[in-house]
Amino acid sequence: MDITLKVNGRPEQFSAQPNELLVERLRDGLGLTGTKVGCDTGQCGSCVVRLDGRSVKSCLVLTAAAAGSEVATIEGVTTPGGELSGLQEALRQEHGTQCGFCTPGMVMALGELVDSTAGGAAPTEPEIREWLTGNLCRCTGYHSVVRGVQRACAATRAEAPAGLPEAGTVAASTAAGQEV
Amino acid sequence: MTAVTGDAPAVGGGVLGQPLDSREDPQLLRGEATYVADIDLPGTAHMAILGSPVAHAKILSIQTKAAEQLPGVLKVATAADFTDVMPLPCIWIPGGVESHFPPHPYGLPGARPVLTGDTVRHVGDPIAVVVAETPRQAAAALAAIAVEYEPLPVVTRADEALADGAPQLHEAVPGNLNAYWTCGDKDRTDAAIAGAEVTVELDLVNQRTINSPIEPRGAVGDYNAATGEYTLYATTQGPHNHRFLLSALVLGIPFNKLRVIAPTVGGSFGTKGYLYPDMALVLLLSKALGRPVKWVDTRTGLMNSTVQGRDHRQHVTLAGTRDGRITAVRCTSYANLGAYPSTIGPGVATALMGRSISGMYDIDAAFCEVYAAFTNTVSLGAQRGSGRAEAAFLMERLVDRYASEIGMDPAAVRRKNLVPKEKFPYDNGLGWTYDSGNYQLNFDKAIELSGYADMPARKAEARTRGKRLGVGLATYVAICGVGPSTRMSQEGMLGGTWESANIRVHPTGEVTVTVGSASTGQSHGTVFAQVAADELGIDPDTVQVLEGDTQKAPYGQGTYGSRSYSMAAPAVALTARKIKGKLVRAGAVFLGVPEDKVVYAGGKVYEEGNEENTKTFAELAMAMWYGWGLPPEIEPALDETTHFDPPDFNYPFGTHVAVVEIDELTGETEVVAYTAVDDAGNIGNPKIVHGQIEGSIVHGLGQALMEIAEYDENGLLVSADLGHYALPRAADVPFFTLDKTVTPSPHNPLGAKGAGEIATVPPAAAVVNAVVDALADLGVRHIDMPVTPEKVWRRLRGESQ
Ligand code: FES
Ligand code: FES
Repeated sequence: MDITLKVNGRPEQFSAQPNELLVERLRDGLGLTGTKVGCDTGQCGSCVVRLDGRSVKSCLVLTAAAAGSEVATIEGVTTPGGELSGLQEALRQEHGTQCGFCTPGMVMALGELVDSTAGGAAPTEPEIREWLTGNLCRCTGYHSVVRGVQRACAATRAEAPAGLPEAGTVAASTAAGQEV
Repeated sequence: MTAVTGDAPAVGGGVLGQPLDSREDPQLLRGEATYVADIDLPGTAHMAILGSPVAHAKILSIQTKAAEQLPGVLKVATAADFTDVMPLPCIWIPGGVESHFPPHPYGLPGARPVLTGDTVRHVGDPIAVVVAETPRQAAAALAAIAVEYEPLPVVTRADEALADGAPQLHEAVPGNLNAYWTCGDKDRTDAAIAGAEVTVELDLVNQRTINSPIEPRGAVGDYNAATGEYTLYATTQGPHNHRFLLSALVLGIPFNKLRVIAPTVGGSFGTKGYLYPDMALVLLLSKALGRPVKWVDTRTGLMNSTVQGRDHRQHVTLAGTRDGRITAVRCTSYANLGAYPSTIGPGVATALMGRSISGMYDIDAAFCEVYAAFTNTVSLGAQRGSGRAEAAFLMERLVDRYASEIGMDPAAVRRKNLVPKEKFPYDNGLGWTYDSGNYQLNFDKAIELSGYADMPARKAEARTRGKRLGVGLATYVAICGVGPSTRMSQEGMLGGTWESANIRVHPTGEVTVTVGSASTGQSHGTVFAQVAADELGIDPDTVQVLEGDTQKAPYGQGTYGSRSYSMAAPAVALTARKIKGKLVRAGAVFLGVPEDKVVYAGGKVYEEGNEENTKTFAELAMAMWYGWGLPPEIEPALDETTHFDPPDFNYPFGTHVAVVEIDELTGETEVVAYTAVDDAGNIGNPKIVHGQIEGSIVHGLGQALMEIAEYDENGLLVSADLGHYALPRAADVPFFTLDKTVTPSPHNPLGAKGAGEIATVPPAAAVVNAVVDALADLGVRHIDMPVTPEKVWRRLRGESQ
């Protein structure tokens, strides 16, 4: 079937099998390999993209079902080699990525959280952790990712990141870690 | 180097020891890094593997005709197509290198063939492969291959596999016993236990777990008919090692005709250092088809084929005095190696576990015996903290049992038995000699930081909220820095375990460092640049780091056992010192002063007492490139290599304190506070190590609370996807309280000890100790992992384990 999608602002037209998954189209069809596949069961979140603004697991979405939608992938967050977004920069400062395999999915999922709370109250630590339950990471233990989101949210509110640790030092907002 | 203890500054005082940002992160954050699945060579065909659906059976026939005729299918292959390919070698056979030689080739009865032709021995055992134009066509064709099986009886537990009449896995291995291995002094230990004032015993199950890096494994084979050269892109943490094993031992092709490349690798935690059939198959099929062949695993495929971890059933005994002095420890363990000996699995199940059982304690008599058996399960391999986590678990459970038996505080018992700092180097009587340590300082710091003294009040407060609070301690020593090659040969390791580095200084003053190691997410590019920059006194941004490609990098074993910073980084430092030495000699010529008047500091050489007479690093680089005016004894150019083989291992250690709250109604266990004080010697980049410690602890908490590879009575892996195998998620853990002590290792020039996985060693013990503490007044003396809500709920209602 013939399908039209807008991917990172660019219209794409192609024909797809009815059983084709959105993640296959993005990775194999459009060469957007920043979106990762970590599982077969919609459990890991490596494949999260934003579909009309909402973060979704692209391994659980049929391409046909996404027809006519706007898809945002990690490639659309920055230009190649370009300046990092506020969230990416905050995650970088907190070393929120180790092997990086879960990272694009995290950035896309957390992007929705940061965007949707901008202007309102910053998400609390439990809220951030709850939001992250759809994304598995085996390297970081999530702490640096949570700190990154706190930092990013603080930055969108143009506040000094009060109570936030310098990377690698004590996180004063909770009983968190000293330098190791 | 003398061992200083306390909060000593890291070596160098320059960029080393600084929490520099990871230079790898921006690329990863933009999704621009290339993993194996992202590699798309022109003309690539796609491979899918047919794994056995049954755990144990004779293959009566395989029909491939129907599959061959499906659209897009290029080739279907079975074991019959690879009769001249050797089985995958196991290179760590407990008991010394002698056992690698005849009567068994490579010392490996039971070795796994690249495809199984006659008997399948676990679910997922690869039987056939399809190569097709697309991944979907390849996967679809698997369903059209008809295999006729004659079922055989199944055994999935090591102790049961060793019983009389158990199903037999390999004709060449009667009784399924791969190895009976011991360490320590049996007679002395038995005597100490027999004559002890107090003894305590436990039966422990250290359950099988699945490492689950978020990136599944993958491989791309590319054979070049014009040159006869093979290139393998693979999810590997040891490209050189895989090159050696594949070329020399499996495929029988010249070493220099195989290039192995590790692109960005999405985590490993031990699993991606192993040799798997797919690595050989993509190369063989690329040659057969004249096209690149690519294979990317699924999550369920990974669960049924990538090595699994832990899996010991143990009977353990501790003896001591009534006043808290531990006098002996003994362990009898049944280790489950799975269906085939993996690359180094047998060594993990024996030496890495057994020689570590006495932990941080000064114990007069210790003995460990391991029966390592084959069963109808996935092969056993390493899992973050492998061997050492199993050891810490049994010892730390025993210490708590002992403390409760004699009515002493568990912290006081531990404190009393720590190896005193004047006893280093300390021979633990089990085969390891600990290099350096100040265990008291480390322990006291953790006790204080965790607020241990306040726990009684916190317990009382929790009860008012319907919660039972428990506190659990665990200490550990983790052997790292594998290793001294000769010492490893005595352990049965086939192959040198040294590490190497090359530094090339370019005419423009930039530097390229190449190392044999390979990162799976540890920011090697950042840290190795720091090491070189620190030694040479230059800006780390001018230092490029290359690794992970056997054509570019000098030999090395790769990343495992937390060895990169204590093996590869010292090789970098020593190489930089060679460069500096040469620059001092050349500097004498360029500055026109005797060599002993030349000072190298801050990235330049100058005349002692006359800093005007100087040449910068960049000027020297250019001058050495030209080579003008050098005396014959000084070669032009700056290009040095070091092969670093340490005199002995290094031994990081630490103390962790877990505080849990158990919900009286639901039995749910929540980790509410976690304190870890680890000692990894001098640290190169605290920011990166901090992240590794955090991740490691969560990995350990996963084993304690939720992770288990469950096989049913037919040998089916029930937990074969992430819906059935629970991994810790962000909401399952709190922030941690972390600190460190610094006790440099004398066994490498950086004073480094392993760090990447060490904090996975104690959490399981700390959490189970905490849970037992919380339930102690109900008469609970032990609870098996994972500590699920259901298990706890039953115990709360008085049911026994
Ligand atoms: S690949 Fe989509 S959730 Fe794992
Ligand atoms: S950084 Fe490796 S899985 Fe998250």
